[in-house]
Amino acid sequence: MFLSETVTMSDKETSSKPTNKSALPVLRVRNLNVFAGDHHILNDINLDIPRNKVTVLLGPSGCGKTTLLKCMNKLTDLYRELKVSGNILIENDDILNTTTNIPSIRQKMGLLSQRPYPLPVSIYKNVAYGLKLKGVRDKKLIEFSVEKHLRETGLWEEVKNRLNSPATSLSIGQQQRLCLARGLAVKPTIILADEPTSALDPISSKIIENLFKELKKHYTIILVTHVLRQAMRLADHVIFMCDGKIIEQGQPDELFKNPQTEELRAYLVDGN
Amino acid sequence: MRRIKILEEKFFVILSAFMTYSLIAVLAFIILVIFVKGFNALSLDMILKTPKGGYYYGGEGGVLNAIMGSLYIAIGATLIAIFIGMPAALYINVQLVRYRRTQNTIRYFLDALWGIPSIVYGAFGFTLMLFFGMNASLLAGIITVALLISPIMVRTFDEVLSTIPRGLHEASLALGSTRTETAFRVMFKQGFSGFITAVLLSFGRGIGDAASVLFTAGYTDNVPVNLDEPAATLPLAIFFQLGSPIPEVRERAFASAVILTVIILALSLGARYISKRYSKTNLK
Repeated sequence: MFLSETVTMSDKETSSKPTNKSALPVLRVRNLNVFAGDHHILNDINLDIPRNKVTVLLGPSGCGKTTLLKCMNKLTDLYRELKVSGNILIENDDILNTTTNIPSIRQKMGLLSQRPYPLPVSIYKNVAYGLKLKGVRDKKLIEFSVEKHLRETGLWEEVKNRLNSPATSLSIGQQQRLCLARGLAVKPTIILADEPTSALDPISSKIIENLFKELKKHYTIILVTHVLRQAMRLADHVIFMCDGKIIEQGQPDELFKNPQTEELRAYLVDGN
Repeated sequence: MRRIKILEEKFFVILSAFMTYSLIAVLAFIILVIFVKGFNALSLDMILKTPKGGYYYGGEGGVLNAIMGSLYIAIGATLIAIFIGMPAALYINVQLVRYRRTQNTIRYFLDALWGIPSIVYGAFGFTLMLFFGMNASLLAGIITVALLISPIMVRTFDEVLSTIPRGLHEASLALGSTRTETAFRVMFKQGFSGFITAVLLSFGRGIGDAASVLFTAGYTDNVPVNLDEPAATLPLAIFFQLGSPIPEVRERAFASAVILTVIILALSLGARYISKRYSKTNLK
């Protein structure tokens, strides 16, 4: 399925035992290449995602941000035309070349897509879905968990009296928060957010942004956006991409104040 | 220029409205004719009795044999078609999601199967029946009609499943569902109304088809009690009665048509009710 390009990593990298877990990157991408036919979508991507921070993948539309995100939870499997090679390591488990079953890899990451896709069930069942997949049958535990995650996303007060209503009866902003709660219920390490506010009104967008600021205490967030201002508000770490390549990465202050490349400089000028 | 545009707009609005309403009018007219012509012959006996001696010459009895035969065949065939069609449609849309060319090839073949005239299915069923040494029977009728309606079941359900956004599919997988869980817990639920439509269309085609059961189910004046007994069907009952020189018998043909129409209508309404009700409880 994937073109397995053997990538030799230094012994130090593969055998290092985490002494201080929080200091180590939660996810590492090494020599990632993605082709769609002759089109080189991602070109030799190398990056580290720091733990409990918001990492923003920034770049113009069509630069490969979403594809990179889809590689991280192996949704690229759904697209036969994509040939993926390289390594993506989550806690030293190379998910691109692993024998671990794919659903359990995906459960390490909650996905928030451009527009919300609530499951065709009630609000309650949406959040309970992931728990049931994990084999949780204890009703009390499920109830507790549903409330906890709905509170975590600030939705509880708004929906506590209509938990059995269809999830589609919520406003689009609420649906996006429900999808976030649904993802959190699976207890992921990382939240992958693919332009999660692009379909939302400014107020709902702000709620989501504020949630991310709270959630990063417990989760690592990888946020794809092409909105420069959003990146500036949220980012702890920025990866700027263009034409399938990483152009610059680093601290937002340094990157935005002192861009080293012409591409980023042009993007910052246009974005402002 | 503006005048031409206004005229053009008016012309096409009137044309499309006329076509739509005239189609409904024609359908209403068909039902009206059937009811008017068959009304006199409609009686409880028609529904509750099997043909007695001399029924086809205007004697006593009814078409209970054909009603029950048709229901047995249509229900049996629909159940088989569900067992074939539901997994097949889910397979095309979930397991084969990466293989667009294979999906399209399968769809092409299913469409071709859908287009094959039912008499060809009848002939095939007949050959199959002879091969296995079976007689014209309820079972042979059920199997033949199941073959006839399976492509309809798969393609109708598939058509709805294929409109489900890829994002929902991905959302389900991203939560850690396997492909089977995605198929049955998410895709099937989301496409449930399409599933009901598929069942309805298949049942309607199954109960209304004469050619496929002509050689395979045979005809009898009795209500079949075993799968290896021949079974009468309403379309054939209509056919035989309509060919009679006796006016009363021809009237009964229309009465049989009324019964067939009412069965399909009742089923359609019932299915819609179930679909709505299920979706409600499902989404609550």
